[in-house]
Amino acid sequence: MKRHALSTRLWHWLNLLCVVVLFMSGLTISNAHRRLYWGDWGFEASQAWLMVPRFPDWMTIPGYYSLAVARDWHILMAWPFALGLLFMWIAMMVNRHFKRDIVTKRREWRPSAIWRDVVEHLKLNFDHHEGKYNFLQKLAYGLVLGVFLPMMIFTGISISPGMEPTFGWLVDLLGGRQSARSLHFIFAFAIAGFFIVHVLLVILSGPIRQMQDMITGGRKA
Amino acid sequence: MKRRNFLVAAGAALVAGCNRIAETNAGKAVLDAADSWHKNAQRLLTSRDALAPEYPASAISPFFRGNGSTDPQNGDYPRHVEEGFANWRLEVTGLVANPLSLSLENIRRLPQRTQITRHDCVEGWSAIGQWTGPQLSVLLDAAELRDDARFVIFRCADNLNGGDYYESVDLIDAYHPQTIIAHSLNGQALPVRNGAPLRMRIERQLGYKHAKYLTGIEAVASLDDVGLGKGGYWEDRAGYQWYAGI
Repeated sequence: MKRHALSTRLWHWLNLLCVVVLFMSGLTISNAHRRLYWGDWGFEASQAWLMVPRFPDWMTIPGYYSLAVARDWHILMAWPFALGLLFMWIAMMVNRHFKRDIVTKRREWRPSAIWRDVVEHLKLNFDHHEGKYNFLQKLAYGLVLGVFLPMMIFTGISISPGMEPTFGWLVDLLGGRQSARSLHFIFAFAIAGFFIVHVLLVILSGPIRQMQDMITGGRKA
Repeated sequence: MKRRNFLVAAGAALVAGCNRIAETNAGKAVLDAADSWHKNAQRLLTSRDALAPEYPASAISPFFRGNGSTDPQNGDYPRHVEEGFANWRLEVTGLVANPLSLSLENIRRLPQRTQITRHDCVEGWSAIGQWTGPQLSVLLDAAELRDDARFVIFRCADNLNGGDYYESVDLIDAYHPQTIIAHSLNGQALPVRNGAPLRMRIERQLGYKHAKYLTGIEAVASLDDVGLGKGGYWEDRAGYQWYAGI
């Protein structure tokens, strides 16, 4: 039995590529109109809830300002991103990775248990749990797979005018098109935040073995 | 520090790789194909007559922003503004059996549709306004569109940075019930900023498809020989996606 299933490994690296290209091209799209609004409409500074800084060229795809090229990449990578996530959800339901490894148990939610997990993390001890993942890991992976990544797809669909005749209820649910655009931005940065913490913890917990295992599958501990 | 350098280098390599891919013919073909996958997927999910949302009067934005040309100074346009557009003509030509040349008065006398819709700019902002005008389908039927027509070109009076603005849609969007030739915004004659005296409303696509300062509607079989062949001013000049429902 491998530590990481083949489906998990394939999706992990595909998703990394998609998220990075989508995020960097998304920064160019943000540069095209650097204000965020709530509700259905908004176009002026007085209506905005956030003035977004201009992202420098080295952070963006392409490495210069072109809304058209950025949209090309964004529109292309949306496909493998969304279909990949659907594939991962089906795979982890079928191989029980979700139920076995990610779903939390009631006793893990006790404040004392959560506190102990936080303390062990601060001591850089990551192997203090009985299952495959500790509580904070389950929580992070569950949030990313169940909320952050799907919300990128739902808010992205809601920004597309061609989808609205069919998905108008979704746009309404999210509070209007400009709210959907704001949420798209917020969840993108939530994913960026996860990415930074994730990479940091991989580095602190034996990066060579971690990377090897996510490529070859590794051996079950 | 080294790790940070590694991440920056990896990011730079990714950008360079993306640029390299986008420059190859195969890369371009894939990027273009993705646009039509979205179009096909959207049309699979949504019937050709499904309406974009319409809003109550209370939702109308206090001011309707203008983008691109907002006060054209080229050609006869300033004279038309002075004349109050009394001599403006809209020509319906190309692959039609019965070409038309219409005055604003002719257009106001056709059956009218009024709709309060949201305008979404490709840059990201939105504004809500009330538009009134005849459906494009009424004009195409009156002009007797020929069977070999596949696209409708919108000719415009404004010249932006040395190029004549134009746009195009296929017949699905041309015959969509909300595709109208608007002559009024919020119950008033269209302001110059928003495309006076006539502009298109293509409600299921982004703002750059909604051609302003409309002078002509031309039915064609192919977009290849129009402008630089990509079907629109921004498509030709900046590489914007021809299908703008995304």
